[in-house]
Amino acid sequence: MSVYGFLPYALTAWLFGWGLYGIVSSRNWVHLCICLAIVQSSTYVLLLGIGYRLGAAAPVFAQFSASTAAVDPVVQALMLTDIVVEATVVALLLALAVRAHQSTGSLDPSASCEMRG
Amino acid sequence: MWLVPFPVLVPLGVAAILAAPGRHMPRRLADGIALSAAGFNLIACWVLLAHARIQPIVYWFGGWVPKGGVAIGIDFAVDPLGAGFGALSSALVLAGLVFSLRYFDSVGAMFHALMLVFLAALCGFALTGDLFDLFVFFELMSAAAFALCGYKSEELGPIQGALNFAVSNTVGAFLILIGIGLLYGHTGALNFAQLSRTLVAPDRVAVAALVLICSGLLVKAAAVPFHFWLPDAHAVAPTPVCILFSGVMVEAGLLGVARILGAVMSHPLHDVLPHLRAILVVLGAITAAVGGLMCFAQRHLKRMLAFSTVSHAGIMLAGVGALTGPALGGAALYVLGHGLVKSALFLCAGIVLHRYRTVDEIELIGRGRGNPRLGMMFGLGGLALAGLPPVANYFGEAKLDDALRPLGLHGATWVFAAAAVLTGGTVLRVTARIFLGVGPKQEDIPDVGGMHTENPETRPSPHTPFSMWFPPAVLLAAAFALPLLFDLRAAAEAQAHRVLDTAGLAAHVLRGAPMALELHDQPVHPPSLARAVVICALALLLATVTLGRRHLPRPIRVLGAALAAALEAIRKLHSGHIGDDIAWLTFGVAAFGTACIVLLR
Repeated sequence: MSVYGFLPYALTAWLFGWGLYGIVSSRNWVHLCICLAIVQSSTYVLLLGIGYRLGAAAPVFAQFSASTAAVDPVVQALMLTDIVVEATVVALLLALAVRAHQSTGSLDPSASCEMRG
Repeated sequence: MWLVPFPVLVPLGVAAILAAPGRHMPRRLADGIALSAAGFNLIACWVLLAHARIQPIVYWFGGWVPKGGVAIGIDFAVDPLGAGFGALSSALVLAGLVFSLRYFDSVGAMFHALMLVFLAALCGFALTGDLFDLFVFFELMSAAAFALCGYKSEELGPIQGALNFAVSNTVGAFLILIGIGLLYGHTGALNFAQLSRTLVAPDRVAVAALVLICSGLLVKAAAVPFHFWLPDAHAVAPTPVCILFSGVMVEAGLLGVARILGAVMSHPLHDVLPHLRAILVVLGAITAAVGGLMCFAQRHLKRMLAFSTVSHAGIMLAGVGALTGPALGGAALYVLGHGLVKSALFLCAGIVLHRYRTVDEIELIGRGRGNPRLGMMFGLGGLALAGLPPVANYFGEAKLDDALRPLGLHGATWVFAAAAVLTGGTVLRVTARIFLGVGPKQEDIPDVGGMHTENPETRPSPHTPFSMWFPPAVLLAAAFALPLLFDLRAAAEAQAHRVLDTAGLAAHVLRGAPMALELHDQPVHPPSLARAVVICALALLLATVTLGRRHLPRPIRVLGAALAAALEAIRKLHSGHIGDDIAWLTFGVAAFGTACIVLLR
């Protein structure tokens, strides 16, 4: 595999790993949501990397013949779906973080460990 | 067949209609509309089940049928396992909605709308034949579930539960998505049938994708160590939501694992199948053991039932992971029985909370003496959880037992028996404490400082309303009656064979070739009947010994104290902190991945 082919996968692992580290060590729910978004952005990089073809056109065939090399439109559709779904989840998480702050006066996840053991 | 998309379309459409007027929707109207939609889904899934029994139904959206044996559209591939799962989900949503008629006096139709979105996602997840659709329905289910879990958002417990639940499951979803991306990049296919045609030899990318997708699904299925979110979420969600979480949501994760392993992976991984089986069955056994022990250690009723779900999910995971027809058929029966029984028990816990305003076992000692009907339901539920014949999960466990022994996995079957004793015995212990008033007024395992109860969800009433005790009674009766009314054992096994028949399924979906149906009607071995009776007796013994421990001889008490100390150490690992949950999740993926890479070379 050429170095260009390898880069998106390395970047995916890099972003995923650091996002996960951020979640594990987070002291603030808002910070944690951003870390989750970083984990999510790793999936964008992966999907785009998989669909990308070097030197290929955008997958719009109005001016080209259907046999022209184009980047894969399926992964772009997947990524759009991914964005929509995760926007919902992050919005929900932030709403819950607001509620947690209202009820404990703190955004620290350690402050809301009522359920344990 | 034209009916196929309706179990998804109808609840989604009705949910939109219910949500649009918001708080202006009259409560009783919302109840009626939501109940009708769930009832429609139950009938539709039942009809699909009856049709799919002969041949799986393949429905291509927009008429984009395969060209030359290559899938170009998106399909629903309805097999009886999926349709049956949809029917079970609809039945539980129906039970939950009936139970909630006296619930949430102040709210509008949002609760109903979320329940219906959840139902639509469950049905779509069960019926789809496309890997990416599976992910979309998985996420739709998750989003609805997060909102339902944090529904009582003025209390801290539900907020914590919903946050832990949402973060863990979202990380799991990203694992699935990366796995799907790798698989798509590798094969250019997203349709299950197309994938199984394309993946013909085992390779590293396929194994990596398998590890990632399975890990993500196992977060939903609460396999140890991915399970930390589950008790936090189940213990605090509104009772009608708990029954969906425990009864079908966790099992949906396992259905996904069965689909990906069966339709996609079992053929290319044929040579390394024994290793993969060993990994998954051992994971199931660990999950069953940890869940059972943690269940025994609880005094918060709903949290106790939640850990029992972890334990039973381990048993089902072994049935799925054994990758044989009889084992998967056993797991399907187990899902049916467990879903009905556990839901009944959760609803009984909801009634306890309604009547006695607490779910703390110790506070509740003797409070239920005047309510023998509820006590009987609780006790019967405990015995059914341990597998009292002829409950559906008894047949499931017997089948699983028969399937695992020839594969040389005797050890796992003993762990599952122990897990059944622990979970059943714990529910029987609670029954005796609450409804007979026996046992010491102190907890059985040292406290580690978690919450013991939750706030009541209803206005008090002097009697249990009909709409509250009727659903658990019906669910419990169905768990015992269904295996007697229908020949579920042979059917489940034959249909499970089909799920694992990679080549046959691909030919059916892509070229319309009919699938073979092999009916093996093996009678239940007498040993498994005896085994089930012994397990129930041991569960009763466990409850008796725990409650009467003061009268035991000293050496046994010392042994018990040592076991309690060990259990306290396991409890302390469940810190309820999201960072710890995700650290465990990461560890789990790493361990699962290492095991797969080493063993599946």
